[in-house]
Amino acid sequence: MHELGIVFQVMDSLQAVAEENHLTQIHSVTLQVGEVSTVIPDYLTDCWRWAVQKREPPLLGCEMKTEVLPAVSWCQDCAQEYGTVAHGRICPYCGSEKTWLLRGNELNIKEIEAI
Amino acid sequence: MQEVKILEIKQSVFAGNDARAEELRQELKERKLFLLNLMSSPGSGKTTTLQRLIPLLKPTLRIGVMEADIDSDVDARAMAEAGVKAIQLHTGGMCHLDAAMTRQGLQGLDPQALDLVILENVGNLVCPAEFDTGAVKNCMILSVPEGHDKPLKYPLMFQVCDAVILNKMDVLPYFDFDLDKCREYIHMRNPNARIFPISARTGEGVDAVAQWLREEVNQWKGETHARY
Repeated sequence: MHELGIVFQVMDSLQAVAEENHLTQIHSVTLQVGEVSTVIPDYLTDCWRWAVQKREPPLLGCEMKTEVLPAVSWCQDCAQEYGTVAHGRICPYCGSEKTWLLRGNELNIKEIEAI
Repeated sequence: MQEVKILEIKQSVFAGNDARAEELRQELKERKLFLLNLMSSPGSGKTTTLQRLIPLLKPTLRIGVMEADIDSDVDARAMAEAGVKAIQLHTGGMCHLDAAMTRQGLQGLDPQALDLVILENVGNLVCPAEFDTGAVKNCMILSVPEGHDKPLKYPLMFQVCDAVILNKMDVLPYFDFDLDKCREYIHMRNPNARIFPISARTGEGVDAVAQWLREEVNQWKGETHARY
């Protein structure tokens, strides 16, 4: 939904990294996208492709790769973990609604390939 | 040919914005200016609530309003009619404001002459929750017709909000909105959230919101140490 805003944030970060490390070309950037981060990887890469062609080196031509991180919830009542996407907020073991997201909402810049 | 190297970055996409937001908050602290980030879905009554709230705050606080929208200036005109300084920020298609856009908007308001700036964020329960604007407090409006289950569906929004205004209480009898359940769900996401049931149409409950804001503004101006 807010993929374009995220693309601009990533570009700002990479620009700073490029200056710091005197990079002339970034070939690719890898993002880690949590399953419940509210970001759709396909939309993100579409926005990226559109935005990156308007930039100058070292960003121009940079490819975006995404890795999906699974979402895991924790149940306060039975103290077990379960997959968030499959079961939502209801614990599949005891039916409790008192559940919390442990991980899966991340949106990280993992690494870049550059010269 | 130069060798391609892999650089590990390992930072959140939001790290840059979070840093800019923190910087802005520190500046607001020094200037003794309180910024409230007001969020909600479209049609929940942000502008109507402000039209009720502003007359209660105006006698003691100098207020400015920033209206963020994808387009149009309908809301800014409504605020100007309420007698406060208002500017319209167009996000140009973006679904949220970030700290840099908020800073730009503040510059357009002459913040030296103000105690309280209310940022009316883009109507949306997803994206604005992700981007720290640099505001001192976050507040959201949930209206009765939207349903009491929204804290479960948009957990991050309720997690980041210090106060939740439950608007359109005057139509409660006509909807299957369970106020107790709603309070429970909000507190599941954020045990410290203040909850204010109001009706912007009748004015019911708006006093309590005004009182909360006055106290928050005074505390912010008087505090010697930052909250963060």
